[in-house]
This record gives sequence, C-alpha cells and structure tokens, in this order.
Amino acid sequence: MAERRGTGRRGPVPAVRARWRGLLLTAALLAVCAAPFQLVPFRVFQLTMVLVYTVALIGLNLLVGHGGQISLGHGAFFAVGAYGTAIMMFHGGWPYPVTLPAAAAVAFAIGLALGVPATRLHGLYLALVTLAIAIFLVPLLKRFESVTGGSMGLTLAKPRPPAWSGLAEDQWLYFLTLAAALLALAVNHSLLRSRVGRALHAVRDNETAAEVMGVRLAFHKRMAFAWSAMFAGAAGCLYTWVIGFVSPDSFTVNLSITLLAGLVIGGLGATWGPLLGGLFVMFVPSLSQDVNKAAPGVIFGLLIIVVMYVAPTGLAGLVRRAAHSFGRTLRKG
Amino acid sequence: MLEVHELTVRFGGITALDGVGFTVARGAMVGLIGPNGAGKTTLFNCLTRRHRADGGEVRYEDRDLLAEPPHAIAGLGIGRTFQNLGLFPRMSVRENVMVGAHHHGRAGFLTAALRLPRVRREEARLREEADAVLARLDLAAVADHPAAGLPFGTLKRVELARALAGRPRLLLLDEPVNGLSHGEVDAFADTLRALREELSLTVVVVEHHMGFVMGTCDRVVCLDFGRRIAEGPPEEVQRDPAVIEAYLGTAA
Repeated sequence: MAERRGTGRRGPVPAVRARWRGLLLTAALLAVCAAPFQLVPFRVFQLTMVLVYTVALIGLNLLVGHGGQISLGHGAFFAVGAYGTAIMMFHGGWPYPVTLPAAAAVAFAIGLALGVPATRLHGLYLALVTLAIAIFLVPLLKRFESVTGGSMGLTLAKPRPPAWSGLAEDQWLYFLTLAAALLALAVNHSLLRSRVGRALHAVRDNETAAEVMGVRLAFHKRMAFAWSAMFAGAAGCLYTWVIGFVSPDSFTVNLSITLLAGLVIGGLGATWGPLLGGLFVMFVPSLSQDVNKAAPGVIFGLLIIVVMYVAPTGLAGLVRRAAHSFGRTLRKG
Repeated sequence: MLEVHELTVRFGGITALDGVGFTVARGAMVGLIGPNGAGKTTLFNCLTRRHRADGGEVRYEDRDLLAEPPHAIAGLGIGRTFQNLGLFPRMSVRENVMVGAHHHGRAGFLTAALRLPRVRREEARLREEADAVLARLDLAAVADHPAAGLPFGTLKRVELARALAGRPRLLLLDEPVNGLSHGEVDAFADTLRALREELSLTVVVVEHHMGFVMGTCDRVVCLDFGRRIAEGPPEEVQRDPAVIEAYLGTAA
C-alpha cells in the first residue's frame, strides 16, 4: 500500500483515499486484536467462528468470484479439512500445529482430483456435480466408523494456550485463527494481483480471448478449484481446533449451500466479501432463531432475499456505495 | 511467413471454408475481404486454433500450425483482435493489456501466492511494458478504467494494445475499424501503418471498409462462400468482375 501511495500514480484524490484506508485498516486491526480482551468468552468464540468461515469463503471467492466457476460442494472440502485434522490428532496423536498444513495439503490434493469436472463443465452442470460431492460425503463419513467415529463423531482436546502467552483458551484459539485468516488473506491477495490472478479473471470474463492470449484454460480452472479447496480445508482444520468435535451432521449439504449464500451476500469477487459473508454465515442463522424459534429457515431465507434486493452486489457493494456517498457529502460540506 | 493450403472447414452440412489457399510474406499487410458469411472469421479461428480444420494445411514459420494447441498460438508470435470486441470487461484497461503479455511471464500459482522477489520483478516489468504500449496508443489516461463503458473506438484501440503487448510477429485483425467514425478510421489506419514499420509486423486484416483496405493493404484476398475468388494488389482485386459480382450480385 505504501509504495502505491508513494508513486502518486492514481492522482491526488485517491492518495487521500488511500491514507484514509490505511488509517481505517490500522484501526480495524487494533480493534480486532483488542476484542478478545473486552468480550465474554462466548462472543470471542463467535468471532473466532466468523474468522473460520472467512477463510473458507476466501477460497470459495477465489473459485466463484474470481474464477467464474461455481461450487455447491465446498462444505465437503471444509469437512475433509475438519475430519483430516480430527483423525490426525485422534488416531495419529499429531501435535495440532502440524495439522493445518497437512489438512490444507490433503484438501488441495482432493480438490485437484475432483477439479477435473471443473475443466469441462460450466454453470449448472458444474453446480450439480459439486453438489453430488457434498451429498455423498455424509454417508461416507458414517460408513467408516472405526476411523471417523461414525454418527457419534470424534471428540478432541482443543489446543492449549502456551504458558508464556498468559491467554485463556478462547483467546488463544482466537489469535491462532486470526493469524491463519490474515495469512490466507495475504496469500489470496498476492495470488490475485499477479499474472495468475489476471489469467483467472480473463478466463472468467472471456474464455475465448483468454485462450488466444495464451492462457491454458483447463490448467487454470483446475488449479483454481484445488486452491479453493485448500482454503476450505484449512478452514475445516481451524474449525476442529476451535470446536474440538467433529460429526457428520455438521457437514451436510446445508453447509455448502450456506457458504455459497454467505459469499454471494458478502459480495462476490469483492475483497471484503468473505469477511462480510463470514459474519452473515455466523450470526444470521442464530439471529433468525431469536426472531422466530419455529421457523429459523424462513427468516434466514427472507433475509437473503431482502439483502439481495437492497444490495444486489452484496454487502461489500453496499458498503462501497455508502462510503462513496459519505465521501461526497463530506466534500460538499 | 504464413502459408495456407487447401484449408477446409465444415460445420455440419455447411462448408465454411472450401479449399482456401494463400500465402502471406513476412512484412506484408494482407486484406481479407468478402461478403458476410464468406468464411473470413472462420479462417481466423482456424489460424488461432479455435476451430478444427477438416482438411488442408497451415504452415507458419516452417511449423505445422494446425498441430499446435490453442494456448500455444500466442507464444508462437501470433496476436489477434476480435470482431465484436473480446475484451475482459471487469478488468481494467491496463490489466487487459497485461493479460496480452501472459506468455511472457513465468509466475505460477505457488510463486505468485508467496510473492517471491522474481515474481515482483516480473510483475514490474510486465506493468512497465503494458504502460509503454498504452502510452504508444494514447490510452494512458484510461489505464485504470474498466475495459467497458468507454467509447467504442477507444475499446478497439485497447484490443489492439492487448494484442501488441504479446509482441506478435503476425497480427490478425478482425474488422478493426468496424463501427468507427470516418475520422477514427483514418486515425486507425495511420496508427497501424506506423506500428507496422516500428515493430516490423506482418498483418492480416479482415475488413469490410474498402477505403481502409485499399489504403493500408498491399495485397488483398477475396473470399466468397468459403472459396477464394480473387487475390492480388488492391486496385486489381477491386476491379475483378468476380469480386464485384460477389458484393453487388450479378455484375451490371
């Protein structure tokens, strides 16, 4: 960001905007670091889960928002990471820090294998195939009871905060997840503003032209799928750390659909879409339960419809519009 | 540089190209004309491997072009623009042009995600090159604008810039001045002539605008119903009875 401002390439007005953005980001980071010391453990847990979903949505955003593909099966990759971590810790007795890269690698490999249909199918056809992956997962997990614990699932000890940190368990988990989320954000950002990111955008916008420019379509689609699965797998690993329990019922088709809905509502292809989507996925289902205990699904669905009416480009688009008109008001006044 | 022999393409029962053949010498500028549906764009799509040829041969710099995969064409030094704009509308003008130089980059998923120093150097180089092309085509002012919602003539120039960013030796232009105003057509012709000199380009251009073709091309090939009906210097082809008939129906 600093080098960007230094060149002054975007002219004086954007330079001011960049300074504001820098200030806002610093303030946000401070708030995010201070939050676990101000809130009760349950709220800290909720924020941790927002970050977990954010990581998964960063992956989904890479595929759907930037790659122009669709996946109704990302809950499955989330589950692969979650179960992979649980199995490594439960059966293998692996120390938890190792499980994050391992779970990410496993999800990447499976994403690469299942990414083959993504190279040939478009739109609804791809949606159907990925949906099938999500549907077929739960029975599979129940089937291999000796490894997965069947319907009962697996219960694990959560990562303990090291003594030097002086943190409580919920705070430690929060900072672990925050660090992972920031890393995911940075990796994703670097990827997108590179030659590879441009190639993905090109494939999304116009496949024919992209290929004429020398972009290998199948390779980029499949790699986008695998990288996207990797982020979901990493999020699944964080989930297992935070919850300390996995069972098949946590990873039904519903999870996949909620993730995709969360992303669309957060803002497809928008930088902050995954975070806003994570907030939505975390808070709106429980919020709708508070509104009406009998039919939380109805309220959830209605809220989605309302958001899409008010903000067709997602919450990120709404925030951008609000900031824009706020800036205009400031300049006038 | 480019030799097309007996090229045939069929779509179902329709023969889009029927044994078409012509050659393009290095440094030449060849106009490809013919009524709508004559097979001009199909020919371009064959050269860039968008369509499979059902027969015939295309040799480019002593290489069997039809054996190359579609994504390798850019790397062989062939650039192209599209009839109805093939830009990436949600990317900025600069990014569009940088995609044009895709095959000059090496960064992969992993090296890009880690933002290695050589990726950063490569990125800076690609950006510099793109900015140079944008400046050359008077597009520096719109570099950060999305490649949509700009005047049509500007978008056409963006497409040319994107094709040039790949540093092609052979440039295929599909109706580059279609939809431009008179002034814009003249300006585009001047730019193209200058670029051809500067970059020692070989150009094949599909165009309906006869003034443009006659003013810029040194050879013209005329297609009709998938067949080559005339070839030669512009003024000769223009007088060819077969060409006149193809355009106007029965010769008067």
